[in-house]
Amino acid sequence: MSEIRHEWPLFEVFVRAKRGLNHVHVGSLRAADHAMALHHARDLYTRRNEGVSIWVVRSEDVVASGPDDKDAFFAPSGDKAYRHPTYYSIPDSVPHI
Amino acid sequence: MSFDDAYQSLTDHDDDARWAYGTGFTDPLAGVPSALPDGVDRGDLAAYCLMLGDDALILSHRLQQWVTRAPEIEDELALANIGLDLLGQARLLLTRAGEAEGAGRDEDQLAYLRDPGEFRNVRLAERADADFAELVARLLVFSTWRLALFDRLAATGDPVVAAIAAKGVKEVSYHRDYAAGWVVRLGDGTELSHARTQAAIDVVLPLSGELFVAHPVERRLAELDVAVDPAGLRAEFDDVIAQVLRVATLTAPSQPSPQQSPGRDGDHGAELTEILAEMQGLARATPGGVW
Repeated sequence: MSEIRHEWPLFEVFVRAKRGLNHVHVGSLRAADHAMALHHARDLYTRRNEGVSIWVVRSEDVVASGPDDKDAFFAPSGDKAYRHPTYYSIPDSVPHI
Repeated sequence: MSFDDAYQSLTDHDDDARWAYGTGFTDPLAGVPSALPDGVDRGDLAAYCLMLGDDALILSHRLQQWVTRAPEIEDELALANIGLDLLGQARLLLTRAGEAEGAGRDEDQLAYLRDPGEFRNVRLAERADADFAELVARLLVFSTWRLALFDRLAATGDPVVAAIAAKGVKEVSYHRDYAAGWVVRLGDGTELSHARTQAAIDVVLPLSGELFVAHPVERRLAELDVAVDPAGLRAEFDDVIAQVLRVATLTAPSQPSPQQSPGRDGDHGAELTEILAEMQGLARATPGGVW
């Protein structure tokens, strides 16, 4: 390690609450590298038994849609109600839909 | 819907029993049969539980003192978590000590109303850390030893102590992992971090000798298979420490092998007095106080 950085990079943390569910973004933290980020995520975000799996990703690697693109990205889907499965009845025995 | 809420486990309770604040804790061994194994001396088992419980209680306090002083908030929380794990182990072991003693003392009375001479922790637990490198070096030494101990203790004859050790193995594994990670990171880091970590190892490792001196209580109980003779932990300890130091590019100082462990008999330094003054002050000033 030759370069000394005085601030650790930022990581985004995703936690899966239990098997079969998605990883969900729960917050961010600072760490020197991915291994430390996983340890920190375990200490910060799963200390009350919230998770069975953790993902961490460098915040700078996240590519996000910008506010300026909002209309072009999202408005066209606003009037297409037929894309929602609203008109189907879902059996009670099917969870997580 | 739980689908998009990783924190639902926090909100779908309707009482506060899961939060550890204020007083009013319930007996952590409630519902667990309290009978002693046949042939075991009450005083010996109580003393043994105090030894292991005091180790955890006093080191937990030292870790709590790092809160608001750690170099990063993420590590501050990691240290607080480790301190809480140890506090949990202390609660169980002190409660078991009270049961074995049979004089009606509970965990609070044992934690808050004993004088320094009655504490049986190893001196390593009460030591104040000069810097973060000493903290992680000390935590590495302590948790490597305690993990080796709990691994074996989980298979011994007092079902309560064995269960406490089995639960503790998972916790202490993480503590060791955390400490080893920092020793490697700092040792194999910059010139400055290497020098300070080597200095910490030079100070802390020679203090480990007391951890492997068997107290007469430990020897008697080990013969009945309800305790572990710490002398037998040395090989595993040396092996783990050597592995970590190698990766961390650090060298082990020569270690004298002490013939005694004064802390186990209540012979402590001024550091323990200072810890107890802080830890017991409120409980002694307001006997029986609740909030």
